[in-house]
Amino acid sequence: MSRIHVTTTINNDETDYLCETDETLLDVLRDHLDLTGSKEGCGSGDCGACTVVVDGRLVCSCLMLAAEAEGRTIETIEGMAGGDALHPLQQKFLEHAALQCGICTPGILVAAKNLLERNPNPSEEEVRYWLAGNLCRCTGYDKIIRAVMDTAANTRGAA
Amino acid sequence: MPKDEYQSRDFKVVGTRPIRPDGIDKVTGKARYGADITAPGMLWGAILRSPHAHARIRGIDTSKARAIKGVKAVITRDDFTYQPEDSDMADILDNCMAGETARYDGHAVAAVAATSKSIARAALAAIEVDYEVLPHVTDVDEAMKPGAPVIESGRQQENVPKGYSENVTGRSQYGHGDPEEGFKQADLVIKRSFKTAATHQGYIEPHACLATLGSDGQGDLWVCTQGHYMVRNVCAGVLGLDAGQLRVTASEIGGGFGGKTHVWMEPTALMLARKSGKPVKLMMSRDEVFRATGPTASSSVDVKIGMTKDGKITGAAATYRLQAGAYPGGIAFLSAMCGFAPYDLENVRTEGFEVMTNRPKAAAYRAPGAPMGAYPVESVIDELCQKLDLDPLDARLKNAAREGTKSSYGPTYPAIGLEATLKAAQSHPHWTAPLGPNQGRGVACGFWFNFGGDTCVSLMVNPDGTVSLSEGNPDIGGSRASMSMMAAEELGVPLDQVRTIIADTASLGQNEVTDGSRVTFAVGLATIKAARHAVEIMKERAAMTWGIDPEAVDWRDGAAHPAGPNAGKFPPMTIKEIAAIASNTGGPIAGHHEVNAEGAGVSFATHMVDTEVDPETGAVKVLRYTVFQDAGKAVHPDYVEGQFQGGAAQGIGWAINEEYIYGDDGRLQNAGFLDYRIPVASDLPMIEPVILEIPNPGHPYGVRGVGETSIVPPLAAIANSVSRAAGVRLTSLPMSPPKVLAALKAE
Ligand code: FES
Ligand code: FES
Repeated sequence: MSRIHVTTTINNDETDYLCETDETLLDVLRDHLDLTGSKEGCGSGDCGACTVVVDGRLVCSCLMLAAEAEGRTIETIEGMAGGDALHPLQQKFLEHAALQCGICTPGILVAAKNLLERNPNPSEEEVRYWLAGNLCRCTGYDKIIRAVMDTAANTRGAA
Repeated sequence: MPKDEYQSRDFKVVGTRPIRPDGIDKVTGKARYGADITAPGMLWGAILRSPHAHARIRGIDTSKARAIKGVKAVITRDDFTYQPEDSDMADILDNCMAGETARYDGHAVAAVAATSKSIARAALAAIEVDYEVLPHVTDVDEAMKPGAPVIESGRQQENVPKGYSENVTGRSQYGHGDPEEGFKQADLVIKRSFKTAATHQGYIEPHACLATLGSDGQGDLWVCTQGHYMVRNVCAGVLGLDAGQLRVTASEIGGGFGGKTHVWMEPTALMLARKSGKPVKLMMSRDEVFRATGPTASSSVDVKIGMTKDGKITGAAATYRLQAGAYPGGIAFLSAMCGFAPYDLENVRTEGFEVMTNRPKAAAYRAPGAPMGAYPVESVIDELCQKLDLDPLDARLKNAAREGTKSSYGPTYPAIGLEATLKAAQSHPHWTAPLGPNQGRGVACGFWFNFGGDTCVSLMVNPDGTVSLSEGNPDIGGSRASMSMMAAEELGVPLDQVRTIIADTASLGQNEVTDGSRVTFAVGLATIKAARHAVEIMKERAAMTWGIDPEAVDWRDGAAHPAGPNAGKFPPMTIKEIAAIASNTGGPIAGHHEVNAEGAGVSFATHMVDTEVDPETGAVKVLRYTVFQDAGKAVHPDYVEGQFQGGAAQGIGWAINEEYIYGDDGRLQNAGFLDYRIPVASDLPMIEPVILEIPNPGHPYGVRGVGETSIVPPLAAIANSVSRAAGVRLTSLPMSPPKVLAALKAE
């Protein structure tokens, strides 16, 4: 089977890989690059566990072909913390116990970070609708929403 | 009777809210779940599944699949040459890989291992199965009728009365007194029938494992499961292996809720690994999770309750019919035990029927059987209260079970917390908050047994005085944090001196699966006892050093102290000091505890919910939700609250949205998260958790399990709320917009 050579930037590192034509970005992240922080909960765009940022926009990496990543800039959960310093959202998720099993957590963190970059002062309703594409079966979302709101309030306070 | 373990004390660590030890790995993407691991030379497995609800397999031609380059193994049932004697094991084998008959849409019929995912997919497409389609039945009431297509003959137990299809495999009965007499004393008797749809646990992580198995019978399995000892024992039993030769390691687990207390495909992965001679990774797609792993049972229930004008229940009866799916088993008996368990009743009788259908084998789902046990009962109690103009909390308090009550399923209760949850509900501001038009408030109670079971814990005091704790139960929602906290509490050391890990099956004795809300209770109890064991050893070492009697040594604040009149004056020896000289005082220091934990302590909750019904569309919006539940003692309150909130959210999904929808062809029509809609963030309000602490006499710190009870009351609480908001009683779940609209129109 012929493969496609792709050059891209992932979490600020220049990366290249060979992929099959039917492989998704999620397949490549997980199976070729060992970036297993992005999870496959459904493979059909319905759960958000595979959420990454491509050129500043949230994308379900299970719905994007790996070949389409040529020349793009991709951010995954693995790029969220700066060295050993957690991103404020990551810290607040820990403090609020916003995860139980944690399988949804990477996707939700990536999505929440993207929200706060666009809207540093979201209402509870805005957070709930922004995260409506990220399923969590464990928490009932309560502590997740609180963690995001608290991060936003803290970041505003610090600014 | 389990002994009284509880001792009141002032806690230093237990009851605080530290950050969980596995937290950083989970917020940075480093945590390794079932599908997140690879092995050198690994192959990709895939499973071919029946598209038919019921079909005889006349033959399977795998020759074209085998001929594809990169295909390293193709297996069918013929490759499983070991035939288990035990009927449970035989059923699990048949469910993992169909024998002569495919029993449901999604039943596995063949599997492959190949060098890439795409080759594995191509190989599945090249397998030719010759099916003879058979008549099927997927509805529980239809399946019970004589003349219904029979899923498997010869599985009916003797306790099933005549006149039913062979699909009815078992019947159970509980209760005492005479309900008919009780109904005569009532001022109002209501009899109604209810239905609930099958719902899936809906964990976000699909099943996944990585298997190796050599021709010498030695194997390793990495798997996301609620119980890796169970996986080991079942795989060994199904494949005819020695359990000791198979080492199973539990990955991080992305949710389970009961659905990962079963074996669905791990023997297949092992068989592919044996046949190919390579490690094989096998993962389910979401479609496979829905079609082939157990949802919980759908139910059909008749309930009849009589009440006096002042709210006393005089008679109660219920018949539960639950579909067990394609194999015998089932949980109707649990519904029949749980339905009336919150109440102190003179006349109560229940019966449960277990019914086979052409659906996937039903699996445990959070307090299995209890939600559909409680829903009809709590609905009829609510209707009685409406018609008799009674306060639904007062009426429940009037009938509430207490210490000394003979329960509807047999045992007499010790100290329990139902009354406390009802009283907390009464005095909560939610109860008296105003409601708007088209809004209603519902309440309901729920019960769950809780469980203890086989448990092993090992606690090592390291040479530097830090502590390593090994337990054998996968941590689904913060249990490593709770174990470290209980160990730190008991040893009197700072929490950061303790690290808890989940040991593999070769490193620690047998452990029951993470089920029955058992872990914080049973593993916690074993952790405390293991710590006490280590403390005894450390006291001996200190006594030896001081040349005094071990009885003359006290342990407090993480150090040995001389105590009593003849002990002498020695400065305390800390755990660090004792550990440092352990080699010279007898060798390494470790405590351990092995137990079949009893005294789990039953659990009760009361839920309160406000909903608004849109009269135009029939859509139900949940506006406010409060959970009142007894935790015995909340070790880490954040994760107790999380259990309350998560169970309530799942119950909301069950009540309003979620259902398995089968077509006339017997195929599942909504095997994906788009069409099987679990609650999303914008569907829900904040869920307020109110923790009550009525100590469990069976645990040293008073802990009760909390994981399951929270899914028991929501079905009825929401149905009661919607019924009051809509002015019409709803008797079928889910209360989806078309059903609510139809009920409104019929009114
Ligand atoms: S795996 Fe991509 S949305 Fe679910
Ligand atoms: S924490 Fe388990 S799915 Fe969200």
